[in-house]
Amino acid sequence: MKIGYYPGCSMHATAKDYGESLSGVTQALGVELQEVPDWACCGASSAHVTNHLLGVALPARTLATAEEHGMDRIMTPCAACYGRLCSAAVETGQDPELKREVEEVIGHPLQGSVQVLNIVELLQELLPQVEPLLVRRLEGLKLACYYGCLLLRPHKVTGFDDPEQPESMEALVRAVGAQPVAWNKRVECCGAGFSLARTGSVIRLGRGILDDAAAAGADAVVVACPMCHSNLDMRQAAMNRKQRGLPELPVLYATQVVGLAMGLDPSSLGLQRHFVSAQALVERILALPGATPAEGVA
Amino acid sequence: MARVGVFVCHCGENIGRTVDCAGVADALRDHPGVAHSCDYKYMCSDPGQQLIKDAIKEHRLDGVVVSACSPHMHEKTFRRATSQADLNPFLMEMANIREQCAWIHEDRPLATAKATDLVRTLVEKVKRNRPLVPIQVPVTPRALVIGGGIAGIQAALDIAEGGREVILVEKEPSVGGHMSQLSETFPTLDCSQCILTPRMVDAAQHPMITLLTWSEVEKVDGYIGNFEVTIRRKARSVDLDACTGCQECTEVCPSKRTLDEFDTGLRKRTAIYTPFPQAIPNKPVIDRPACLYFKAAERAKARGKPMKKMVCGKCAEACGVKAISFDGEDELVVEKVGAIVVATGFQLYQVGKQQPEPYLRGYGEYGYGEDPDIIDGLQFERLASASGPTGGRILKPSDGEPPQTVVFVQCTGSRDPAKGIEYCSGVCCMYTAKHAMLYQHSVHGGQAVVFYMDIRATGKGYEVFTRRAAEEAGADYVRGRVSSIYRVGDKLRVLGMDTLMGEPCEVDADLVVLATAIRPQPGIKELAQTLSISYDQHGFLNEAHPKLRPVETNTAGVYLAGCSQAPRDIPDSVAMASATASKVLALFSRDQLEREPQVAQVDADSCAGCFHCERVCPYGAIERLEVRDRRGQVLKVIAQVNQGVCQGCGTCPAVCPSKSVQLDGFTDEQVFAAIQALSI
Repeated sequence: MKIGYYPGCSMHATAKDYGESLSGVTQALGVELQEVPDWACCGASSAHVTNHLLGVALPARTLATAEEHGMDRIMTPCAACYGRLCSAAVETGQDPELKREVEEVIGHPLQGSVQVLNIVELLQELLPQVEPLLVRRLEGLKLACYYGCLLLRPHKVTGFDDPEQPESMEALVRAVGAQPVAWNKRVECCGAGFSLARTGSVIRLGRGILDDAAAAGADAVVVACPMCHSNLDMRQAAMNRKQRGLPELPVLYATQVVGLAMGLDPSSLGLQRHFVSAQALVERILALPGATPAEGVA
Repeated sequence: MARVGVFVCHCGENIGRTVDCAGVADALRDHPGVAHSCDYKYMCSDPGQQLIKDAIKEHRLDGVVVSACSPHMHEKTFRRATSQADLNPFLMEMANIREQCAWIHEDRPLATAKATDLVRTLVEKVKRNRPLVPIQVPVTPRALVIGGGIAGIQAALDIAEGGREVILVEKEPSVGGHMSQLSETFPTLDCSQCILTPRMVDAAQHPMITLLTWSEVEKVDGYIGNFEVTIRRKARSVDLDACTGCQECTEVCPSKRTLDEFDTGLRKRTAIYTPFPQAIPNKPVIDRPACLYFKAAERAKARGKPMKKMVCGKCAEACGVKAISFDGEDELVVEKVGAIVVATGFQLYQVGKQQPEPYLRGYGEYGYGEDPDIIDGLQFERLASASGPTGGRILKPSDGEPPQTVVFVQCTGSRDPAKGIEYCSGVCCMYTAKHAMLYQHSVHGGQAVVFYMDIRATGKGYEVFTRRAAEEAGADYVRGRVSSIYRVGDKLRVLGMDTLMGEPCEVDADLVVLATAIRPQPGIKELAQTLSISYDQHGFLNEAHPKLRPVETNTAGVYLAGCSQAPRDIPDSVAMASATASKVLALFSRDQLEREPQVAQVDADSCAGCFHCERVCPYGAIERLEVRDRRGQVLKVIAQVNQGVCQGCGTCPAVCPSKSVQLDGFTDEQVFAAIQALSI
């Protein structure tokens, strides 16, 4: 299977671990990610608050390029990219005048034929292929599935899951044998792009999210967005969990969870790159009873 | 040769500004068959009408075309004028040159030409009109009222007081409806049951009212003045005549695990039960799906074997008057009535992820149904009611402790198109103010916090009442919406937005009350289809005209009262019920009804009996008629139109393959002649 792939700015940089685990899992599943050639920034946070047309034109250019290369679907692992790409597709689809303007700006016709997927959608679709490759069920692992905002909202743009009470990540986690916990802050904001501009707010929001996940008994938080990850992982030290006598909470990508259940090598999933060490958790998972990884997979 | 008169009205400047009315009259003067043509400033005025009457006499006219406004506006006026001049009123037609010409065009010569064309089409039509006589329909002066809540009770009492018989049908075991569940009522804080129960008793004891509880309307045939209604009397298993209401049976019933409907699930009830102490009739009913005997009988039936031994039957043993029987089946009774009042009331929006309709997306984030201390408005009414599960003390359902902080969330479901309901439920601002007040009076030192969008308190004394809740009772009103509610330890955390302060806020509450939206009763759409009346996208029944005919429906003889039509409070429901009753009494004041004669007619010779017409008729007006020869042999079965039911919509002539159905007043001949006039 081949699918168009839009990595966005973080997959090769700040979220290298996400990129590694994504390619690890997709390779094991025999899925070829075709990177959209010459892709541009999705315009998240900066472009669309500066200029509406620019905010639509940037992702629209990527969509047009994907169309040109015959891609009917593109998957993007970043929730912000996902939001912007969906937004461009929906807005140009509903407003012919805007579409005309955008086409003029990007110098390319836009058919609107590309479907945009997020990582959870892709993994859900691949579940039938994942299941035979599972070498261990993550029994006893309590995971807090964290959606954040942009994976779900605005709902009329993404149309994905239920914006207030989503269940797709829980279903995914359940499919690999782990136990999703019921908690309250699944769809709260992590502070997203304000990590540098308003670090204090990001720390306050992140603290609330992690405290709630821990109170619900989670061993780790699962995310599907590089921004959520950096805010909850990189900023966790500033949330004073240690000082408050609370254990650190590893933050895993959905791809890492699936990869561990498939028996992929933890370092090939970038698990050593987190600020909050996932070492203990990984060891606990590796100690779970399981079959030997299939030849060539690990 | 026809002798048609053409009368062109200026409507002051309304038509005259854009259309050269004298020019139109001139143009028609030479039209074949036109015997007289003139124009006048105000044709609907007395002198204008006199002009028409005089012309009919003077020129011996046999048809009249008034080219003026819409027939909706003045057709009646000009028909009356025509008949006063001894010409059949159905030989008068109106050409609408105001709404359909003068008001929508600017170019005078073009508008004048169009007006001329419009008048010409009507002249050609009227030449082919034939005199029609209004249809006389007999009236059965008995009314059916569906729904025994306050609206239904009020309508029934008013009609009965007017001296007419009423059949009051209620699907629950008792009349009373939602009002009987309420604690106090706004804006006077008088006890709901205290003012309602005397009405319930009046309705039950009135000699002109037949009360059928535990019954539902199954089928409706017929038409205004002559409905035939099939009512399902559900098997009650308790003989209402023999039962003394002693309640011995309910005390011995071992099945005690059914959630009590009347107490909104805050309490359990037995399988044989009387819904509440003031119920009318104050006699029990067996809830068969919950009853041990009926469950066993059901299992035996599934196995195809008779019951081996008697199961339970304790209630029947306990009954001193042998009123309980397990053999009864549902009965169907047929009643003839002349008018039907629909007063089926409302249900509350069930907050939660699971919704009955895909367009309702319901506030799963509020945790209703998952946490016992998150309740809806009706549940709070039961908590606050002296007859409720807590005896009127406001206590948390989870642990029975008085809540120190209560958050009320207004507009839960209402006014939120994103969640599926865009309308305002009308009563929540008021009852939330009442709740806050009752709570502040009940739990001293407690704090009520009300999240609201804005306060809609438009009734008499309402604004003063909501002010009192905030200013005297001390409820804290926060303008803004609530985003989510979840449990943190022994508190419920309510996250909201204080839009006056412009910042998010958090309240830790012990009890959360959701003022959920009012929705029409389940099954309303099926009932509407049974009655051939229309409903809006939410299922609220449509009135015939939102301003001028608020209690009538588009089906003659069917009327509305209360929340079946839109969310309403008690005063409005009662007012509407009385309005409906006056309409019903007006209908019953005559022995015969007159109906417009523009109905469909079937040509018995050419009808082949394909019954396309029957399938398309929205009113069920097509009947089957057997045509027999002299020996009584059936030759063929043909369609026949029931003139009492036919509304003259014209659907059947459109589908008849052999052109055997014609609509009087709009025959093919007339319509084609009118169209052909345009090609001249």
